[in-house]
Amino acid sequence: MSPVIRVENLTHIYSPGTPFEVTSLDGISLEINKGEFFAIVGATGSGKSTLVQHFNGLLAPTCGKVWVCGADAADKKVRRDLWRRVGLVFQRPEQQFFEETIFEDVAFGPKNMGLNKGEVRERVSKALRLVDLDPEQAGKQSPFQLSGGNMRRAAIAGVLALGPEVLVLDEPTAGLDPRGRWQLLDHIESFRREQGITVVLVTHNMEEVGARAERVAVLNKGRLALQGTPREVFNRAEELLALGLDLPAPTALMRKLREAGLPVRADILTSTEAEEEIAKVLSQRGTALRI
Amino acid sequence: MFIQVTGLTYTYGRGRPGESRGLSGVSLEIRKGEYVAVVGPNGSGKSTLARHLNALLLPTAGQVLVDGLDTALPENVWEIRRRVGMVFQNPDNQIVSSLVEEDIAFGVENLGVPAEEVRERVEEALALTELSEFRQHAPHLLSGGQRQRLAIAGVLAMRPSCLVLDEPTAMLDPVGRRQLSDLLQRLNQSRGVTVVLVTHFMEEAAQAGRVIVMSAGKIVLDGTPPEVFANFERLGELGLDLPAAAKIARGLKRRGIFMPDDILTAEDLVREVIKAAR
Repeated sequence: MSPVIRVENLTHIYSPGTPFEVTSLDGISLEINKGEFFAIVGATGSGKSTLVQHFNGLLAPTCGKVWVCGADAADKKVRRDLWRRVGLVFQRPEQQFFEETIFEDVAFGPKNMGLNKGEVRERVSKALRLVDLDPEQAGKQSPFQLSGGNMRRAAIAGVLALGPEVLVLDEPTAGLDPRGRWQLLDHIESFRREQGITVVLVTHNMEEVGARAERVAVLNKGRLALQGTPREVFNRAEELLALGLDLPAPTALMRKLREAGLPVRADILTSTEAEEEIAKVLSQRGTALRI
Repeated sequence: MFIQVTGLTYTYGRGRPGESRGLSGVSLEIRKGEYVAVVGPNGSGKSTLARHLNALLLPTAGQVLVDGLDTALPENVWEIRRRVGMVFQNPDNQIVSSLVEEDIAFGVENLGVPAEEVRERVEEALALTELSEFRQHAPHLLSGGQRQRLAIAGVLAMRPSCLVLDEPTAMLDPVGRRQLSDLLQRLNQSRGVTVVLVTHFMEEAAQAGRVIVMSAGKIVLDGTPPEVFANFERLGELGLDLPAAAKIARGLKRRGIFMPDDILTAEDLVREVIKAAR
């Protein structure tokens, strides 16, 4: 797999040379592979948002290099086009709706790409279908008539309509109810598979990282603290807790069981895995099945 | 009885196209000192209900009494808002000043309270929210969790007897969430502040003394956390979750391993699994 994003010793300093100077990223190196589901976690202020804004050209490195889709993002010409290749969905994207119909709002991006009417319509329909919204209804409904979860999906469709190779989502499930959260993650997973889009998920929700991410990077104060598969990273529980981060609830639970003396695996990611592992260990100890 | 809601109905956009029922005949009572969590899927009416508790919204039908005061009467609004403080999801929408201690003082000053007392209340609010060391800082330089605590500090300085919070941890990281939950527990237990917490996080709801589940503008479940979370199928139908420990306990039960019905926290589960291992 080739990296679609490569970050080499990236440093970013806000307001350099002024009294407000802040080093937001300090020598970060990482690679994100094409088609991967990659998560970025870290406490508030760890540099997550700063990092991903280098992926779509909103920010340029102070030092170090960022390669996106094989091109050096330090080049202004490259950065100018990155917004189409790397779609960035900020938090609460539905707060950016401004058109009268869902169709018009999703069409905004493609229109700005200079496509003709037919191409725009095609892009909008495709994008809406990717998030399971009805293109027929889209022309008649206002974005504000949708439920919270659907609004969120329509907003994401607006970015998908650009046809990006990489989709960066900043807390896409924040404020959604549990069903809405998992439905949205399912949609993201399905269009990742169908379209081969690389997904970068910036989140505080460790359960989502455990359930969906293939690899995760943990940031702390602008530095890369940990990296690996969710199982590898969540296994380093003491370090995560010292960084002020959490484990997914099932993982934390298994650790507590180990501490209480039950020899269960602690590299568990979901409630289902936890249940299976506990049942296995209990039966190995000959615990009678009683209902 | 501190809050009495009787037959509360609220219709959005009444008389206009697209009008919709936010609440349908909701009745409930909240006693002083209770810690109530309100959960439900998006669109269930949780936030709408919360906003009626300090007269931000007024009933289309029915009545809301706060400490005996009818929210529908304009002359009561001031008094009601002294008793019930509201905290919203986005701290940045609630912070008005460029200095932490000034922001906390803002609401209190508007009450016409003498300067000496303002200072006293600001000190108290800073201490309660553990923001004393940041008193001279600019709010926008604080972390999200700290800003949310600042928003709460501003409300606490008004010395309300009740705090209503609408998904206050939605935009916070895990540390921020934990700190806020701890703060609410402290306020409720050592200061007797009534807490009404609207949340999507089942682990937070499990910490309350009482959980109210809403769906489509109505209350569908109301009881202690163990009582409410025992309704696994119903919660699942509503698209809600159980706290992880409860989910795992149910799973183990289905596999024939005995687990009591009231497991909610990690500690509960660990205790029962260790017991089962003996």
